Amino acid sequence: MARALINVPPKAKRGEVITIRSLISHPMETGFRYSTTGAQLPRDIITTFVATYNGEEILRADLFPAMSANPFITFTTVATESGTIELAWRGDNGFAASEQAQIIVE
Amino acid sequence: MLSTCKPARLASRRDALRLMGAATAGCALPVVRVTPLAATPTDMRTAIEKVTGGATVGVGRVQLEIPPLVENGNTVPCTVTVESPMTPRDHVRAIHVVTEKNPQPNVISCRLGPRAGRATISTRCRLSDTQSVVAIAEMSDGSFWSGSVSVIITLGACLEDLI
Repeated sequence: MARALINVPPKAKRGEVITIRSLISHPMETGFRYSTTGAQLPRDIITTFVATYNGEEILRADLFPAMSANPFITFTTVATESGTIELAWRGDNGFAASEQAQIIVE
Repeated sequence: MLSTCKPARLASRRDALRLMGAATAGCALPVVRVTPLAATPTDMRTAIEKVTGGATVGVGRVQLEIPPLVENGNTVPCTVTVESPMTPRDHVRAIHVVTEKNPQPNVISCRLGPRAGRATISTRCRLSDTQSVVAIAEMSDGSFWSGSVSVIITLGACLEDLI
């Protein structure tokens, strides 16, 4: 399981716009590089990133080889109710990872 | 596509030297796959048309923040902000970032909605060369807006040491 770090404020006021930051360790091999023997290194990237808030999708992103290694994505959402924010990554070679954070909305 | 290794067809002298070095290091290297190393602005236009479906793209409302001079093209911080109230009636449906000279034009495509609160996405991308980067926003009324930035890259991505 790839190491993922996510940053969600633990508490927020109802209706407040909160910033969510996410970082996951992944080489994001582009498929455009060659090894020292001249063989092309096969593409190995994260292709999809999905954020859900209590099961409701709030962001979906398609990633391409032009994303840096260890993709870092920051986005915002409105704090509507207490619950779980789940971020999930999917990629080549069956890569799948997810991370959750709890938020309390007052 | 397979073809014989011809240094003159490669992107730069550095690539040619590297391949020659690999060949003289004792590795039989009779055949090298030659893929286009840079998308042309035509590719960028095709990528934009694919996103917009041929609709006209207005200039403005989208702010793309990238440092104008970047030392390392492997991690370039990039932030896209779209002017939008983000209400159910008027919000940003999608944000796309495309480049002019990367091997593939697309960088990231995000779908968001009124739940986002603010139309701001921040990430880190790879840029292979000094070029312009374009961000396109799709609004809930079906219109498209764009913003672009010219970036100078000192050390491009894809040129790091081989493993």
